[in-house]
Amino acid sequence: MSKIKLTKVPFKGTAEQEAQLMEKLAVCKNMKGGLMPALQSAQEIYGYLPIEVQRIIAKEMGVSLEEVFGVATFYSQFTLNPQGKYQISICMGTACYVKGAGELVDKCKEILKIDAGECTEDGKFSLVATRCIGCCGLAPVATINEHVYGKLAVSQIPDILKNYQ
Amino acid sequence: METKMINVKINGKPVSVPKGTTILDAARQAGIKIPTLCYLRDINAIGACRVCVVEVQGARSLVASCVFPIDESMEGKEIYTNSPKVLESRKTTVELILSDHNKNCLSCVRNLNCELQTLSNELGCNAANYTGAMNSYKPDVSTAYLVRDNSKCVLCRRCVAACKQYQAVAVIGPNARGFDTHIGCAFESDLNNVSCVACGQCINVCPTGALREKDDTDEVLAAIADKSKYVIAATAPSVRVGLGEEFGYPIGTNVEGKMVTALKMMGFDDVFDVNMTADLTILEEGTELLNRLSNNGKLPMLTSCSPAWIKFVEHYYPEFIPNLSSCKSPQQMMGAVCKTYYAEKLGKDPKDIVVVSVMPCTAKKFEKGRDDQSAAGIPDIDIAITTRELARLIRKQGIDFRSLPDSQFDAPLGIASGAGLIFGATGGVMEAAIRTVYEILERKPLEDLDLVAVRGTKGIKEASVNMGGKEIKVAVASGLANAKELLEKVKNGEADYHFIEIMSCPGGCVNGGGQPIRTADERNNLDIKALRAKAIYDTDKAMSLRKSHENPVVKELYESYFGKPNSHKAHEILHTKYVKRDNY
Repeated sequence: MSKIKLTKVPFKGTAEQEAQLMEKLAVCKNMKGGLMPALQSAQEIYGYLPIEVQRIIAKEMGVSLEEVFGVATFYSQFTLNPQGKYQISICMGTACYVKGAGELVDKCKEILKIDAGECTEDGKFSLVATRCIGCCGLAPVATINEHVYGKLAVSQIPDILKNYQ
Repeated sequence: METKMINVKINGKPVSVPKGTTILDAARQAGIKIPTLCYLRDINAIGACRVCVVEVQGARSLVASCVFPIDESMEGKEIYTNSPKVLESRKTTVELILSDHNKNCLSCVRNLNCELQTLSNELGCNAANYTGAMNSYKPDVSTAYLVRDNSKCVLCRRCVAACKQYQAVAVIGPNARGFDTHIGCAFESDLNNVSCVACGQCINVCPTGALREKDDTDEVLAAIADKSKYVIAATAPSVRVGLGEEFGYPIGTNVEGKMVTALKMMGFDDVFDVNMTADLTILEEGTELLNRLSNNGKLPMLTSCSPAWIKFVEHYYPEFIPNLSSCKSPQQMMGAVCKTYYAEKLGKDPKDIVVVSVMPCTAKKFEKGRDDQSAAGIPDIDIAITTRELARLIRKQGIDFRSLPDSQFDAPLGIASGAGLIFGATGGVMEAAIRTVYEILERKPLEDLDLVAVRGTKGIKEASVNMGGKEIKVAVASGLANAKELLEKVKNGEADYHFIEIMSCPGGCVNGGGQPIRTADERNNLDIKALRAKAIYDTDKAMSLRKSHENPVVKELYESYFGKPNSHKAHEILHTKYVKRDNY
């Protein structure tokens, strides 16, 4: 039913991160409409908003977990999924798209068994379909972390991913 | 400071209203009804559905009348609630809602009692006008008490408001955004996996069939048809003052006699009255209170009749578990007595007895499945149905309810006092308890049986009573948001009550999550809970047996079976335990 992507990657938050979050929440608690900045701070600290973090926010802000979750799933700036060790970004700009970027996404989904916007359970790969990254001459383009792959063919995907396994 | 009056014209009719009044309220004052969908007085004024739009002179676009305040800038302006532009807009809005709505109306539990259906008819909508993408949802059937089918949801958020504003629970809310928006729980959990208290108030405010109780009527029919079973029906106090509404009686009509007749016609072997075990509860709970008072027991003692309240404490305030009375609820006591004392009297194996409770409550469906509610080694209650389900059964069997003669409950467990009856309204358990505890302590009759201090639909009530040379401080709350406020006061040492009565639903069981569903228009303009409660108090007033300890069946039960209140045997059969539950 749900189109909301939930993560299965185990939570690896540290005590330092939690201390940082608590410091931020102590300020947000007394703000009108403090839930938004609370979620923004949490995402800055953890990179995403897993249930463990949303629970802390709910408790500290004196609202229910569902109220936190409702806001977190309303705004597209928030993500419930962590970034993988290797972040695969596939450009879906016009040039890349007409050159078959969609098929690249499909191939990655098939191999990694995740949807766009998700992260593999081992935390290794995450997949996003991005807007134009500005090198249309290389279309279709994907990046994995800092590395740029241009003029990609679907047949290259398995080998490229293998390099990161 | 006096509020400034503003003059406007609505559909040409001059109206003068205090500054800040919404157009919706001003129109009502002028006798003009504006249709609404998402609006619910006091809890949900969000201007989301756009059904209540009106045209305001000089305004750039149509405005939502439920949230549009009339201020100085509106002085002398014209407002139109029925112009072609308005009517067209409302029609389009409802048609768009219908475009993503499961329109299997003929098979819907809310057919002919659906606010969307009514709007569609009144506005002359073509439900097939817009065909486009539709969401597909799987119903949430995870709980024993409620079904959510989002394919019928209109996203009015009335359930969300009820959950948060009435009950301070907020386990449901809008998830995701835009076309993907749906009402659900945090992290898309099933309702069974969150701290839902099962009160069913969300069902009562739902305009459509997106929320309903889990229907157990087929189980009832199967039990009655099984000739090897002795099937007992037992009805809660509030059912008799709600059921009539399903058959066209005015709100606040006591239809006890017809209800009993209908149940007998259906083929129940006995029709008993849960008021009777409410009387028994008073003896057990009153004695427990006296013991706590004289033995330095945990105080304040909290009542334990309302299963959603129990679940609330277990999830959210487990530190108060020792304060909860260990008494089973009247429903569970009824089942327990039927399967012990009464089974022995009948000479029947309790396994051959089926007890069907009829309740104004959805949480009773949860309660019957709790641990430690099996006095005879099998569940005390087999099937718990709501007032609405009873009405459904009556209709299904072709019983012409309005033409039925009156009958009386069966002996022995159908004999009850007015004190048992008032359990249905907020303050009723307290009043019933005081009627008995006072007489035990003072050893003289209580002169005025009407304890008005604990009556009425106010969310929190306080009183103190001098009994046995001691001032007993009591408090009463209904609606869990009010209960929470009271618990916080106790927790912070700001209150020193001895005894607190809590009913989960605002106004008590008369307004329970299993009672007949009234439209938003009725909810907004009538005090439904007060009307139903009045029927209960009027009936109590007219009774000669008004004190639980004077109930002859209660006396007989103690003489021949339990010995005395809180005896070892009474503890085994009539008391229970509670567990700490997760707060998700």
